[in-house]
Amino acid sequence: MSGLANEPAVDRAGEREIVLRDIRLMGDRQAVDIRFADGRIAAIGATAVAEADPQAQILDVAGRIGLPGLVDLHTHLREPGREDAETIETGCQAAALGGYTAVHAMANTQPVADTAGVVEQVWRRGREVGLCDVIPVGAVTIGLSGERLAELAAMAESAARVRVFSDDGICVSDPLLMRRALEYVKAFDGVIAQHAQEPRLTVEAQMNEGALSGELGLTGWPAVAEEAIIARDVLLAEHVRSRLHVCHLSTRGSVEVVRWAKARGIDVTAEVTPHHLMLTEELARSYDPLYKVNPPLRTVDDVHAVREGLADGTIDIVATDHAPHAHEDKDCEWGAGAFGMLGLQTAIGVVAATMVEPGHLTWADVAQRMSVVPARIGRVEGQGRPLAVGEPANMVIIDPDAPWLVSADQMASRSQNTPFVEHTLPASVWATFLRGRPTVLSGALV
Amino acid sequence: MKHLLSASDLTRDDAVSLLDTAAELASVTDRAVKKLPTLRGRTVANLFFEDSTRTRLSFEAAAKRLSADVITFTAKGSSVSKGETLKDTALTLEAMGAQVIVLRHHASGAAQRLAQSGWIEASVINAGDGTHEHPTQALLDAYTLRQHLREGAGDLEGLSVVIVGDILHSRVARSNVALLTTLGARVTLVAPPTLVPVGVQTWPCEVSFDLDEALVGADAVMMLRVQTERMTAAYFPSVHEYSRRYGLDSARAARMPDHAVVLHPGPMNRGMEITAEVADGPRALIVDQVANGVSVRMAVLYHVLSSQEGAP
Amino acid sequence: MTAARILDADDVGRVIGRIAHEILEKSRGASDVILLGIPSRGVPLARRIADRMTSIEGHVVPVGSLDVTMYRDDIGLRGPRPLSRTDIPAEGIDDAIVVLVDDVLFSGRTVRAALDAVNDIGRPRAVRLAVLVDRGHRELPIRADHVGKNLPTSLAESVQVHLVETDGVDEVLLGSQGRS
Repeated sequence: MSGLANEPAVDRAGEREIVLRDIRLMGDRQAVDIRFADGRIAAIGATAVAEADPQAQILDVAGRIGLPGLVDLHTHLREPGREDAETIETGCQAAALGGYTAVHAMANTQPVADTAGVVEQVWRRGREVGLCDVIPVGAVTIGLSGERLAELAAMAESAARVRVFSDDGICVSDPLLMRRALEYVKAFDGVIAQHAQEPRLTVEAQMNEGALSGELGLTGWPAVAEEAIIARDVLLAEHVRSRLHVCHLSTRGSVEVVRWAKARGIDVTAEVTPHHLMLTEELARSYDPLYKVNPPLRTVDDVHAVREGLADGTIDIVATDHAPHAHEDKDCEWGAGAFGMLGLQTAIGVVAATMVEPGHLTWADVAQRMSVVPARIGRVEGQGRPLAVGEPANMVIIDPDAPWLVSADQMASRSQNTPFVEHTLPASVWATFLRGRPTVLSGALV
Repeated sequence: MKHLLSASDLTRDDAVSLLDTAAELASVTDRAVKKLPTLRGRTVANLFFEDSTRTRLSFEAAAKRLSADVITFTAKGSSVSKGETLKDTALTLEAMGAQVIVLRHHASGAAQRLAQSGWIEASVINAGDGTHEHPTQALLDAYTLRQHLREGAGDLEGLSVVIVGDILHSRVARSNVALLTTLGARVTLVAPPTLVPVGVQTWPCEVSFDLDEALVGADAVMMLRVQTERMTAAYFPSVHEYSRRYGLDSARAARMPDHAVVLHPGPMNRGMEITAEVADGPRALIVDQVANGVSVRMAVLYHVLSSQEGAP
Repeated sequence: MTAARILDADDVGRVIGRIAHEILEKSRGASDVILLGIPSRGVPLARRIADRMTSIEGHVVPVGSLDVTMYRDDIGLRGPRPLSRTDIPAEGIDDAIVVLVDDVLFSGRTVRAALDAVNDIGRPRAVRLAVLVDRGHRELPIRADHVGKNLPTSLAESVQVHLVETDGVDEVLLGSQGRS
């Protein structure tokens, strides 16, 4: 394949060079200087400054950490259809502020992204906004109805070059349809990202099933409803020799099933969300739908299990499942509330708090799990690349010692449904660069 | 007590105090003037998103006996059925002067959410939220048990109470487990395993699948309504099989100790969880429960309204 | 807080005796008199006055209690109060002379509440008021018919009535702080 598929057509030549001084690439102890020119990394080390254009913009990074720009495999941008909750523009602002240079826009919009026309529209709008690459996810079935396959190849061959297909929000529960989807996408190296939720076991389900759901009188969402689908799907993937991606797994049992599948050599990847790394079902005690999410927040034991899984590589990536919801869809009783939470702006802070600070992951590991591997799963060109000369200058600079108290009004999203309000997160995004151009500097949009 | 949201919020002293107040208020029923001026000028709003004629009438009677003005919103034929939200309806009622909102809602936690969301200033009394709680029902059950088994005073220390039926979906069971154990009673839940919540082992009670065994030595048995639609969701195979194993008929009732009493929160499915013979028999306190419901709700309204700061 | 004893046990006994005599005198015998004590200390006082009247007249003077909690005008200002027993003698109060008995007469609001409560129970021929101590500071046009002791006080002072039945001793104390 040639070129950077998602690179805007504009010619970057002649743009002002940027020199970043004193940056710790991938969290190295040793800080270096790095220079961006023409959208790429032009130099690292002594020559970065020495051979810089006299007009170059020089930024003192002061020992902060540079990682390849983050790639989210699971974002809901709501456009088209629910522009009151989020637009591609506001979602991309949140993404840039969160250190992302690429996001995968989930298909459950209105209309559903189940045709080449809709995915191209989303892709184009992302390019116009220009804050990060917007990579559409195509629906597996027409209208997410779980009945007939959407025209997957047409979406793959469109300008949007869709590689990830998902009915996210709804499980492809029909085993035959799932088998066919897994088989069909092999033709264009696609992947099915499954929302693992056995529908019959989760009728009217509201929260994790356990002692707490019994006490609160909220219909339970058993772990087995997730684990059973993952178990079925890894066996299907093995059988048809295709690759499977498991969205937002949330239970200890799911981690164990994926671990078993990988040991067997099955081509499966899995993601966990920041909120499942940090929050537990106890928050449902408030009956505040801010904490209502699909899959539901689970137990402390499950939180430990997904952290272990992410640390040992059983879980490949962190994906946000950024799910904006309009105020009125959360300002209500639990049962009427919408499922979902914001995630883009807080993801790196949550990962720092839950994985880096306790010593489960290094910053280089974080780069793998939030940039390199998600780009690989999504077959995204030009993202998640090494920080090396000649590579695209997609980068996030993280301040690992800049704790911030999260508040809803800091959210760039149209919606404010962050579950991390009142949490102090240990790290924050200082700057984001998309192909050499800053989208965020000093923690603010450029 | 600004709100009454959950029976588990009540300490033993709170609960006994409410029952004592209810006992004194019960005497008003025997007077020529069946009304007290206590809540004159206060407005109580009954907000019923779910139909429950008996609970609504009971709260209405209680509020009126204390001279409160009553506004009633019920699901049928109101803006509620036109899709107005809980928040907007509550704001409307408060704008009309309601100082207490008595809320029946199909969503678990609705009363707590209404009380704690900052939407309104008014007090909230939970009149049943989804499959969560129904604290005034538990209070009237405790009152009835105390009246018949503890000479109308004190707590329920040492009493053995068996609760039978659809525990999983029962707000009455949840509130009663909390309140009766707070008051010192021992509670045993009896149900088919499909109708027992996951995690019930953490509840402060025993669980049995065998009604006959549980009834030995019981001072009281409370039969819960079982909806026949549970059958189609595969909770049990047939009405017949359910009532054979978990229904209370006179043969079973006869094996209980002589003093033992039978309660049912109503409405009953005669022939399903309870036979007509038992329901109308000498052990049954079902009518007493209804009468006591008014006194208990008067006590709750008094406690809640007299706890409001700056009330006139 | 320092407290001066205004009445001792003997004084309280004498005062109760005098009130019993006064009630009998005013009502020309006790044939249709009913005493209703206002909880808490009005109840034992009423019982003692009734006992004294009974021993003087030779026939039983009916006595009961009247809880006024639900008739108070300060609901919500002081939080919920526990209710006391209302116990009306079986013959009822219609056409009787009801004598309300309380320990201290102060603002008059308790008596106002009691008058409303009586009104809901029946229609007495007359209602009278007997108190052990009248400390002044009325906020309503109410006066007692039978007063054990008139005790001019300042609002800063407190009057405490102790009775054997409730406190183990008969006495009336005047304290220098707080309100009774």
